[in-house]
Amino acid sequence: MATETHGEAEAGLVFHPMDQFQVTPLFGAGPVEWFTITNVTLWMGLSILVIFAILVLGARGRALVPTRSQSIAELAYGFIYKMVEDVTGKDGVVYFPYIMTLFMFIVVANFLGLLPMAFTTTSHIAVTAVMAMAVFLAVTILGFVKNGFSFLSVFWISSAPLVLRPILALIEVISYFVRPVSHSIRLAGNMMAGHAVIKVFAAFAPLVLISTGIGLVVTPLSILAITAIYALEVLVSFIQAYVFAILTCVYLRDALHPHH
Amino acid sequence: MATQTTDLGQAVGSAAKVGMPQLDFSTFSNQIFWLVITLVVIYSILSRIALPRISGALADRADRITNDLAGAEDLKSQALAAEEAYEKALADARAEAQNINGLMRAEIQGQLDEELAKADAQISARTKEAAAELAEIRNSAKANVKIVAKATAKEIVAAMGGTADAKTVTAAVTARMKG
Repeated sequence: MATETHGEAEAGLVFHPMDQFQVTPLFGAGPVEWFTITNVTLWMGLSILVIFAILVLGARGRALVPTRSQSIAELAYGFIYKMVEDVTGKDGVVYFPYIMTLFMFIVVANFLGLLPMAFTTTSHIAVTAVMAMAVFLAVTILGFVKNGFSFLSVFWISSAPLVLRPILALIEVISYFVRPVSHSIRLAGNMMAGHAVIKVFAAFAPLVLISTGIGLVVTPLSILAITAIYALEVLVSFIQAYVFAILTCVYLRDALHPHH
Repeated sequence: MATQTTDLGQAVGSAAKVGMPQLDFSTFSNQIFWLVITLVVIYSILSRIALPRISGALADRADRITNDLAGAEDLKSQALAAEEAYEKALADARAEAQNINGLMRAEIQGQLDEELAKADAQISARTKEAAAELAEIRNSAKANVKIVAKATAKEIVAAMGGTADAKTVTAAVTARMKG
């Protein structure tokens, strides 16, 4: 209701840039319990279906000369596999399915969120934080299991002068614990900001219906802006999924090879 | 506007919704629950079906490519061997031709020599024969000349009015012919 009063100041324009992020029950209007079937459920379920279509149905042929859909699946597979191998080394390849899961979920959820009227699950800090914390905990536990207490040498930069090492160690420890925060907020923030900006421009778009004079200038401009931001968001959707996956690989490499 | 409590609840709810739905902690458990389910489902789909299938297809293709490359290498070496054999056969044939050529030449030369010798022998035999004939002709001519000379001398003497004694004429002719 606050937005509507704000909108009336603009002669009838309605601004609801954040409404698209609301978690609402799909059936009925009760409170959102942990098990309630909400739009989160719907769009996450759709992302499962899309991933299934791309990676299972698309690669069904197993043809020697791949079909188009099979090429997409193989391209995604090869892209992430090569990234894991390049960043973490040969011994990191066993964790490839986990990273592939994260990447596929994020990239598909990001692109599904770009559909009009869609709900972007990855724009929620709750979702990205869970993934980032899972990565953080898994990598930390893995580091101690694989290396014992020598995993702590990841904070002790032996290439730096001895005097600087304690200070650097402090900075490294802080940055280590900030990792999950930046890891999750980067993704959620990017997704949220882009979608909110599109919504703001979308609110300006029908201005021509209210006041023809300014509207003739503002409406085409805002439609152009929506198009431009949308194109940018397509790029961001992929890049953020890639960044999330490659940072996971980088953290994994630290856990497997802490001595640098 | 049913009761005041619902109004209040709606006001609080909408205030939270209007701000940032991302910070509405009441929905966190819901999102986390469904996220965990989603990730588990995606992970099982990937690890059970999708990734083995795709990696299998990729491995099959890599195998096929290596096999084909090895096959091509094989065929290439076979082609090289065939070319070598061809070259060898060609050289052999050439050498044999040379050989046959030499043999033929020698044979022809032999035949030619033989024929030449035969021809030479024939020619010399003919020459000898001809010389003999010539000598015979010459002898008979001499004899004939003697007879003709005797007869002529007798006739000349008779024409001169003398009588030619055969003995004398013969002696004179013989003496002349010797001189």
